[in-house]
Amino acid sequence: MLEVRDLHVKFHNRDREAVAGVSFTIREGEILGLVGESGSGKSVTAMSIAGLLPRKKCDYRGDVLVDGEDMLHADRSFLRKVQGSKIGVVFQEPMSAMDPLMKVGKQVEEVLEIHTDMKPEERKKRAIEALTDVELPDPEAVYDKYPHELSGGMLQRSMIAAAIVSRPGLLLLDEPTTALDVTIQAQILKLLEKLNKEYGMSMLFISHNLNVVRKLCKRVAVMQKGVIVEEGLTDDVFFRPQHPYTQHLIACIPARVKVIAKKNAESRMPTELTEGTVLSVNAETDVKGGERYE
Amino acid sequence: MKFAVRRITALLITMIMVSFLAFAAFHMISGDPAQAILGTNATPERLELMRQQLGLDKPFLVQYFSWLTGFFSGNLGISYSYRQPVASLIMPKLKVTLLMVMISFVIIVVCSLPLGLRSAQKASGRFDWVRTTIGQLCMAVPAFFLSILVSYLFGIVLKWFTPGDFPKIDRNFAGAVRYLFFAAVCIAIPRIAMTVRMLRSTIIQEMEKDYVRTAISRGNDRSEVLRKHVLKNSLVPTITFLGQTMAEIVGGSIVVEQVFGIPGMGRFLVASISNRDYPVVEALVVILAFWVILSGTVADLIGQKIDPRLRLGGRA
Repeated sequence: MLEVRDLHVKFHNRDREAVAGVSFTIREGEILGLVGESGSGKSVTAMSIAGLLPRKKCDYRGDVLVDGEDMLHADRSFLRKVQGSKIGVVFQEPMSAMDPLMKVGKQVEEVLEIHTDMKPEERKKRAIEALTDVELPDPEAVYDKYPHELSGGMLQRSMIAAAIVSRPGLLLLDEPTTALDVTIQAQILKLLEKLNKEYGMSMLFISHNLNVVRKLCKRVAVMQKGVIVEEGLTDDVFFRPQHPYTQHLIACIPARVKVIAKKNAESRMPTELTEGTVLSVNAETDVKGGERYE
Repeated sequence: MKFAVRRITALLITMIMVSFLAFAAFHMISGDPAQAILGTNATPERLELMRQQLGLDKPFLVQYFSWLTGFFSGNLGISYSYRQPVASLIMPKLKVTLLMVMISFVIIVVCSLPLGLRSAQKASGRFDWVRTTIGQLCMAVPAFFLSILVSYLFGIVLKWFTPGDFPKIDRNFAGAVRYLFFAAVCIAIPRIAMTVRMLRSTIIQEMEKDYVRTAISRGNDRSEVLRKHVLKNSLVPTITFLGQTMAEIVGGSIVVEQVFGIPGMGRFLVASISNRDYPVVEALVVILAFWVILSGTVADLIGQKIDPRLRLGGRA
């Protein structure tokens, strides 16, 4: 599905390479977690895959193959065809990632407008389906809302709807839950897991929070200063970290969470939402309160 | 809708306050208008009679309210120096100035929107400094100097219009528009430069925003992003700016009218101030204030139509 080989990116206004030789693959239907602190190059990696690098402002080399086709060196007209239709992207801040003056529904169906010649009614139908897919209450109403009329969690769901409306094979999630509070975060993770199972979408899930990644991804890569320092099954990395940086990251997770995680791992439920089981009690009752119309 | 009602109510209240202040100010500084009309040789009896005729013997508030009700029914009082109703004096001049301001405004909008867009698109281009320099030059040239230049070049050298010979609007509308066009250009040029610069920086700022990246990740080209997303987002500050422009070009027209010999409000205002013709000045001050507030209100209403976030005014 996705193959990244020896990716290097260096911005002209920086001394150090933002990405210094990164390689990994994501197979069909797989979710890979990419963890690292801010500035470790994870977002730049994602931007390189999505064809969003500001090419005039950086040097880049290596291979980024999506379905065997090179994204890194492709010209703009090729990228256009792939962006949105084969690759969907969800960004960190749903509020600023959406056009404040365009209704949510129109933004969800924008991909269809660009890549298909569907009639407006059909686009609307598909958009509402996508909004239903992301489990928004009353999707028809959300379709006609402006971004400022929705809460952060609802907006992020809408962003996901916009990213999956054309059923892309690959979903890039750049810190999609970081701006949300913990209960909403757990709900979004559940939703992503469902989408992955239902549509077999491959995902690259980026986060600075190893604990969040652990809930969703079977495999994880840990990045530091532009290189992947450790990669493997999430449980292995989480419980038997090899690299000192990973050990350091894990040391930052509260002890209680680790105990619960360990229990879950031992009972062979590695992708269950772990301390989320405590949280999900709140999450259930908070669905109405947390995701409100403004 | 509620927003519109609220804005219009605010407009009316502001207008009444402005009219009161204007009336009070002239009441305090005017000295004795009867004396001014009759001259220093008038007998006390005639002065007293004149005061009664003008209603100056009544208390201040009574005077204000009769003036205010008169204002709403189109009766703006009698000019001291022309001995004619102020309304019939102002009307033809108001028409000329309004027509000129409208032409000027259309020129500003028609020129600055495409120029601003282009300037933003080419902001990283090699010749950007040329555009910026031309813009700064246009901004720096005072309107009266431009007026002299334009009158000389188009009026005297090219003879496209005859400076000083302004046709009557009612008889020769096309001729009047033609004449006013040259004055309107002089008012517009510095304003165009300002609007272009403002639009350019707004668009550049908007292009940096996150939603642009989202739009590109969906397969939009930069020009499509500009057309579909950025333009609308840049429009609200631009409209506010144009609203201010609409108000300010009336002020700018005063000098330009003088140079071109256009019988508009500006010239009339200057003449009336030096004649101490207070009923005229009062009326003009209120009309100008109304124009300024109206421009702002209309800009707000349009902006609110475009940006739904501004409709929240009631709860904030």
